[in-house]
Amino acid sequence: MELTLWTYEGPPHVGAMRVATSMEQVHYVIHAPQGDTYADLLFTMIERRDRRPPVTYTTFQARDLGGDTAEMVKTSVQDAYDRFQPQVMLVGESCTAELIQDQPGALAQGMNLPVPVVNLELPAYSKKENWGASETLYHLIRTLLLPLVPEPGFQRPERDPQVRPKANILGPTALGFRCRDDIQEVIKLLGEVGVDANVVAPLGATPDDIRRMPDADFNISLYPEISNTVCSWLERSFKQPTVKTVPLGVGATRDFIQEIGDVTGIDVGAVLVRSRSDTLGNWSASRITSTEAPGASRLPWYSRSVDSTYLTGKRVFIFGDATHVLAAARITTEELGFTLVGIGTYSRKFARQVRALAKEHDLEAVITDDYLAVEAAVAEAAPELVLGTQMERHIAKRLGLPCAVISTPIHVQDVPARYSPQMGWEGANVIFDDWVHPLMMGLEEHLIGMFRDDFEFAEGHMSHLHTAAESNSADMEKAVEVAIAAEEQAKPAESAPEEESGVTWAPSGLAELKKIPFFVRGKVKRNTEKFAQGLGITEITVDTLYEAKARIGK
Amino acid sequence: MALKPCTATTKEAKVASPNLPVLKERGQREVFCGLTGIVWLHRKMQDAFFLVVGSRTCAHLIQSAAGVMIFAEPRFGTAILGDRDLAGLADANDELERVVAQLLGRRPDIKTLFLVGSCPSEVIKLDLATAAEKLNREYFPQTRILNYSGSGIETTFTQGEDACLGSMVPVLPEKETDEPALMVVGSLADVVEDQFQRLFDRLGVGPVSFFPPRRAAELPEVGKGTKLLVAQPFLSETVRSLLHRGAELLPAPYPFGIEGTTAWLRAAADVWGIGGQAFEEAIAPAVSRAETGLARYRETLNGRKAFFFPDSQLEIPLARFLSRECGMELTEVGTPYIDRMLMDAEIALLPEGTALAEGQDVERQLDRCREAHPDITVCGLGLANPLEAEGMSTKWSIELVFSPLHGYDQAADLAELFARPTERRRRLSV
Ligand code: SF4
Ligand code: SF4
Repeated sequence: MELTLWTYEGPPHVGAMRVATSMEQVHYVIHAPQGDTYADLLFTMIERRDRRPPVTYTTFQARDLGGDTAEMVKTSVQDAYDRFQPQVMLVGESCTAELIQDQPGALAQGMNLPVPVVNLELPAYSKKENWGASETLYHLIRTLLLPLVPEPGFQRPERDPQVRPKANILGPTALGFRCRDDIQEVIKLLGEVGVDANVVAPLGATPDDIRRMPDADFNISLYPEISNTVCSWLERSFKQPTVKTVPLGVGATRDFIQEIGDVTGIDVGAVLVRSRSDTLGNWSASRITSTEAPGASRLPWYSRSVDSTYLTGKRVFIFGDATHVLAAARITTEELGFTLVGIGTYSRKFARQVRALAKEHDLEAVITDDYLAVEAAVAEAAPELVLGTQMERHIAKRLGLPCAVISTPIHVQDVPARYSPQMGWEGANVIFDDWVHPLMMGLEEHLIGMFRDDFEFAEGHMSHLHTAAESNSADMEKAVEVAIAAEEQAKPAESAPEEESGVTWAPSGLAELKKIPFFVRGKVKRNTEKFAQGLGITEITVDTLYEAKARIGK
Repeated sequence: MALKPCTATTKEAKVASPNLPVLKERGQREVFCGLTGIVWLHRKMQDAFFLVVGSRTCAHLIQSAAGVMIFAEPRFGTAILGDRDLAGLADANDELERVVAQLLGRRPDIKTLFLVGSCPSEVIKLDLATAAEKLNREYFPQTRILNYSGSGIETTFTQGEDACLGSMVPVLPEKETDEPALMVVGSLADVVEDQFQRLFDRLGVGPVSFFPPRRAAELPEVGKGTKLLVAQPFLSETVRSLLHRGAELLPAPYPFGIEGTTAWLRAAADVWGIGGQAFEEAIAPAVSRAETGLARYRETLNGRKAFFFPDSQLEIPLARFLSRECGMELTEVGTPYIDRMLMDAEIALLPEGTALAEGQDVERQLDRCREAHPDITVCGLGLANPLEAEGMSTKWSIELVFSPLHGYDQAADLAELFARPTERRRRLSV
């Protein structure tokens, strides 16, 4: 039993719904009580889908439990088939039905429907949403392709060099982060190197599309959490190599192109050179009137622009799914010049990679799905920017920190009307804007704070970040302290409380401390106390504060 | 019931009631489960915490329904059952005690802790009543532990509030005298509660208590002389338990719209012997304000067709309001279930021939809805956008539960909620 206040991932059948909802001509029957129908609104409200997810629920009630709930499954499956005429059916259960053991998938398979029925067994008490999506995609593709799997020992014939290679793009799903737009960017990148997209799945695919997947020369695992399992099965069964680089950020996009070059034997040198040689800072007539994709991103030039110097060493905290977190770490440090002060993920399956990366930055990764632990870690790290999920947006709001969302779980405003991919060249442009913009807002906040005492400063003036009155900053300050205190309480004996260290603050030191922006004040306070303690100083004055600052740095 | 029917209108229309045919359906329901009630109950009772004992699905449901409003540490959470709990490797009761200790250690400000059962906890027969009893021995009186079920196999959407309030009834203090006292049952927005309190004061009806109270630790008393005025139509079990404790029910329509509010207040005023001139005078200013406010929207709504999908249990009272006070035509009024004791006074006011439906088969109901092509469709969030995309105006029912809509001063707001989608369509040219 695990106490949870907010969850990063839903149950595994919601992952299965994401796959079903991504596709056409697929219908999913879930043996579940009525309340589980809430999941429909994730798609119709957050993604503003204009149709219901292709999902039928049996909605059994307590009074049905003594009777024949298995019969309800069959009726629901038959009714759903008759009404929706899908080409494939997925049949499974949610947490409650798992306990009554009707085995709906097996029941449906025994009904002799004229279409394939995929039996989804997704253990609800040990697994979560992304795993559910990954398993569903794997079983669905496997069911449809099994009749086409060649004999063992099969070797892929050499590709005729005259024919353009083809790739399957696997992993984009409903309720994924910016998947809708990322697909287009990836197709553009493939076009640049002379590769055709064969099938995109599950988003937008039909069962017939899935059956065409073996035509591709290789697969792109665009969202490892969801597509790695099926990609490795395809690799084994059809000898299709997998491209594993996720083209998030300029560097990763270049690596992605290189990896495709390696897999296909295409020379991608010219494409890579082009991506480096043009700043896109020349607004010539030919450039501004051309509708052709430029094959480069503005991010490198924008990042080098003197205007961006203030971004140097900005402290960033990153949390989300592993794919986006790993990418964001690289982008922020290598492409924006930030300093990583905290990193973590709720994707436990990828904990190892995230831990390794954290280590490179002398950090301890936060591997958890407890949002309070994340909140405490954010407060402790005192970042100037938080990149996270919609949970971190709220944490950041509470702590008064600028934030951008980089990963699921998402809310309605993370599905923008405009084209806003994260992958490829245009994705890097979007990332520059989306991650730097909140920092400028943060700066504005800070200026307001500085000028608050000016007589010209109208009481009640707020930047658009604040919705409540200025007294908010006191609340936030308190929130920071509460979060840190809670964390310290959670791991006792690790560090003795300051009071017992015998260090006190002289009024001058305290007055100076108050001038430091509140979001880093906690950190400065603790660092200074540690510094004083180390030197045996018992009273912290202005001088101690600045000595500590000089010694420890920012 | 010893009491006379509360309004003349009820009496004359009552004849129509049994003639209303009810379409009973059993198929897929598209309704939240009772856990959803936590979203508003935790805000109503500021010293209470709701701990769902359930699955990841339950946790996900509440956060999806709440829209993830994380502005503070929420006063609800889920103790998620894991494989170990199910396989019997861990004693679920010990585990629950551990989680409760962890929670109360973190939140010593919690005065009442509700253990909320879910489908999984019901199916594995986790005995939350015994668990609560045991925990009470440890934590009471600092914290009182209560339990109820919000499971989807037993409760729909608003029934969660019924189960929650029902769990509080046995611990309400015994009323000391037999003097009449009014108890308003059902959670209302604080602002509405205050309005009603002022009206009762003007009428000279009192003492008045509200159940649930704003602080779960400040429980109202109940017993002989307690007159129940029910503010929400989904409190079947709560009302029955209160009757068992000696209270009396004042049957009345619900205080939606002017007519409903007047009839509702009159049910109480009658007991206190306040009638005629005195009653009219007390309500007159509020009524005339409400009439002015309502007139604006009546024009938009008059003659338009409304269709209700079953969801919040408010469907019948709202349909009555829309038809009698806003001139709307009712094409179908679906509701999760009909409890005659709590609904007869409302059904009696529906126009003859109203198509009532109980239960649901969502696919067939969608077919009927498309066929009827109503001007406004009241439905859950999962259906709203798809219906809009098919060209139908919708009003999501969850908003009807979350907004203050009871009473005279909200009558216009209530009408406005239904007029807004139409007004929006009128403005948009894209
Ligand atoms: S229907 Fe049951 S399992 Fe589903 S969320 Fe509600 S209580 Fe939990
Ligand atoms: S603040 Fe967050 S949870 Fe609330 S409505 Fe906005 S996005 Fe949704």
